[in-house]
Amino acid sequence: MEELRQQLAEILTPQKKERRHVISLLREVQQKLGYISKEAMQLIADFLEIPGSTVYGIATFYNQFRFKPLGKHAVTVCMGTACHMAGGRLVLEAMARELEVEVGDITPDQEFSLDRVACIGCCALAPVVTINESIYPRMTPPKVEEVLVTVKPVVEEKPQKEQAS
Amino acid sequence: MTFQEIQQKAKAEWDALYHGQIPHILIGTATCGRAGGALPVVEAFHKEMARQGAKANISQVGCVGLCSFEPLVTIVKPDSFTVCYNNVTPQIVPTLVEGYVLGDDPCLDLALGTVEGGEGEAVRIPELMRFEHEVRLILRNCGYINPEDINHYVASGGYASLANALIMKPEAIISEIKASGLRGRGGAGFPTGRKWEQCRQAPGQPKYVICNADEGDPGAFMDRVILESDPHQVIEGMAIAAYALGSGNGFIYIRTEYPLAIARLDIALKQAKKQGFLGKGILGSGFSFDIEIAQGAGAFVSGESTALMYAIEGKRSMPRPRPPHSVEAGLWGRPTVLNNVKTFAYVPLILQRGAEWFASIGTESSKGTAVFALAGKTVQTGLTEVPMGITLNELIYKIGGGMRNNKQFKAVQIGGPSGGCLPAELLLTPVDFDSLREAGAIMGSGGIIAMDTDNCMVDAARFFLDFIQKESCGKCSTCRIGTWHMLDILNDITTGKGKLGDIDFLVELGEDIRGGSLCGLGKTAANPVFTTIRYFRDEYLAHIVEKRCPALVCKELIAYYILREKCERACEHCVLTCPVKAIASDEKGIKVIDQTKCTKCGSCELVCPKEYNAVTRLSPPSLLPESSDKKPG
Repeated sequence: MEELRQQLAEILTPQKKERRHVISLLREVQQKLGYISKEAMQLIADFLEIPGSTVYGIATFYNQFRFKPLGKHAVTVCMGTACHMAGGRLVLEAMARELEVEVGDITPDQEFSLDRVACIGCCALAPVVTINESIYPRMTPPKVEEVLVTVKPVVEEKPQKEQAS
Repeated sequence: MTFQEIQQKAKAEWDALYHGQIPHILIGTATCGRAGGALPVVEAFHKEMARQGAKANISQVGCVGLCSFEPLVTIVKPDSFTVCYNNVTPQIVPTLVEGYVLGDDPCLDLALGTVEGGEGEAVRIPELMRFEHEVRLILRNCGYINPEDINHYVASGGYASLANALIMKPEAIISEIKASGLRGRGGAGFPTGRKWEQCRQAPGQPKYVICNADEGDPGAFMDRVILESDPHQVIEGMAIAAYALGSGNGFIYIRTEYPLAIARLDIALKQAKKQGFLGKGILGSGFSFDIEIAQGAGAFVSGESTALMYAIEGKRSMPRPRPPHSVEAGLWGRPTVLNNVKTFAYVPLILQRGAEWFASIGTESSKGTAVFALAGKTVQTGLTEVPMGITLNELIYKIGGGMRNNKQFKAVQIGGPSGGCLPAELLLTPVDFDSLREAGAIMGSGGIIAMDTDNCMVDAARFFLDFIQKESCGKCSTCRIGTWHMLDILNDITTGKGKLGDIDFLVELGEDIRGGSLCGLGKTAANPVFTTIRYFRDEYLAHIVEKRCPALVCKELIAYYILREKCERACEHCVLTCPVKAIASDEKGIKVIDQTKCTKCGSCELVCPKEYNAVTRLSPPSLLPESSDKKPG
């Protein structure tokens, strides 16, 4: 807890000590830690002098907050109208199958997390997938594997080289 | 500096850029441009110009709305014509640099067309059919100015309306907006001038101005493009509104799913402040106004005005009963005006060109233009701005260029999850607030999704209800539990478990939800179901009675099958692609799908070479020939 307090010290600054900043505090904490832990919520509550349950209530109300860490490669499949009409659900299923992970979860090696998003507004290029900051337009189930290969190699090549030498 | 001095300086800079000695390269780097690969193109231009020793100014601009042609690059050359290149890749950048930046070859074979000059040699983009039907007011600068440079906006006439407004009486501004007939572009269409007047007259200080940029409708991206391409017009509109109301504080509530729009807005706000268009004593007057960005955190219901205000206050964004209306008691209980991004964007133009001019565009009750995000199965997708009153038919066939792959048009979904699906018979419906409401849809914020015969209407209704059910804030039990039940029934129908009474029950539930819910989200939750039942009842019946999905979409009601006579035996595309290894060759080398393993992902159909086209879908699955039950040998 003390370690966490120090980590969050640069976020919980006096100029943010107002109830209206609670959502932006949660967002900054999530940016820093990758997710929002129970302890972090309590720290925010103490800081704003409001009950921990209130912070929990707010954090769980909004879709963008997550309570599990994010993978090194955060995969998000858009489930907006245009993406759905163009087969977004098949893309999401293909992702879950390829990564062997449920939607909203993370792979055991912490490499990939898989989430769905309501719409990122790239409807003209549907269906779209984002991996961290990159956007992949016009996805199909066969393309899922191709895209993942471009993200993965760094992880997989290393042990092979060691074996060869 | 006086406003005139600021404007002169900006215009000089602009002239140097556009009419200077070296070429000016504009690259669209809004989100859709980036998704199409615009950033590597920018990098390639820098690298290639250094390598070839070429000199040019590069501006990163927003989006012109031709999403299917992204990345778009426009080269403006002194004493020559302006050419726009589409679907540019880093590979063709060396050719463009050598050909047109350094040389005199405009590389017209790589171009979409010319923007200025070049008559008779290439397609003139402004004369493309879609632009003939467009009237670009608030999109006029999108894709032509650098949104991260305030001088570009000022040089194009920006902030002049604010400068003028500051010497007008606030009441005069409000009557001008009232006379223009401007109605709120968030969807409901409340007269903007009246809203401002009510807020101005409401007792209580401070007053707030809020811009709603929580564009939550899936399928809509107009506000994102405007904020990414020309954010200053929104800021100017808000400042004018604030002056008219007597407000000193503004908020832009923007959804966190739009990181680039947030970043560009942040830059725009800082520049406006530095230039004296925001902050204390704006342009030397006694009027002070500041704008803060409030970021959302992903909740569709936040788009509802009272819910949005709670979000800014740092609470769960749940709507509250009205009255009191926000104009009397809004943010922190103070009089508040909340308008959509587009509504604010019209304000500087109306003051500049007059209420009469604005009122001359559009229809009797819906004035001005409407911005639509066209997505789905049309040939061209993207952003368009048209006069109110244009028909859906013109939108889809003239601007969208008709349906892709010559498929037949089936329905158009308009207005997002609160809107409806309209069939071909209603294509002559004029697009304005009142006509659409009569047809069962709504103007909404302006997302239009065209669907063809490959789209299942029951699945579409299920999709919207699934969205609404997930986004229901839970305050009203009719919405929280009612949408859950409706979704349950639709899930049953799309998986072949539907019963005959389901359709009537859906309508009954929908009406109860409409009657018993507080906010727009609940009141309109059943609209997609109502309209699909009203116009596509036969599709519901096919699912329920025949267990058949006519559009071959609903997974549980279809089966994939490889046509024996069409399968090219030597080809192994489907076998190699199938993620669950459900496809194998039989004794004759023909590919057979093991139906017990098939997950119906459709990969085999996608990879089967077009010349064979051997993979087909059957519905109901009982149509499968008996032999296909056998496991491949």
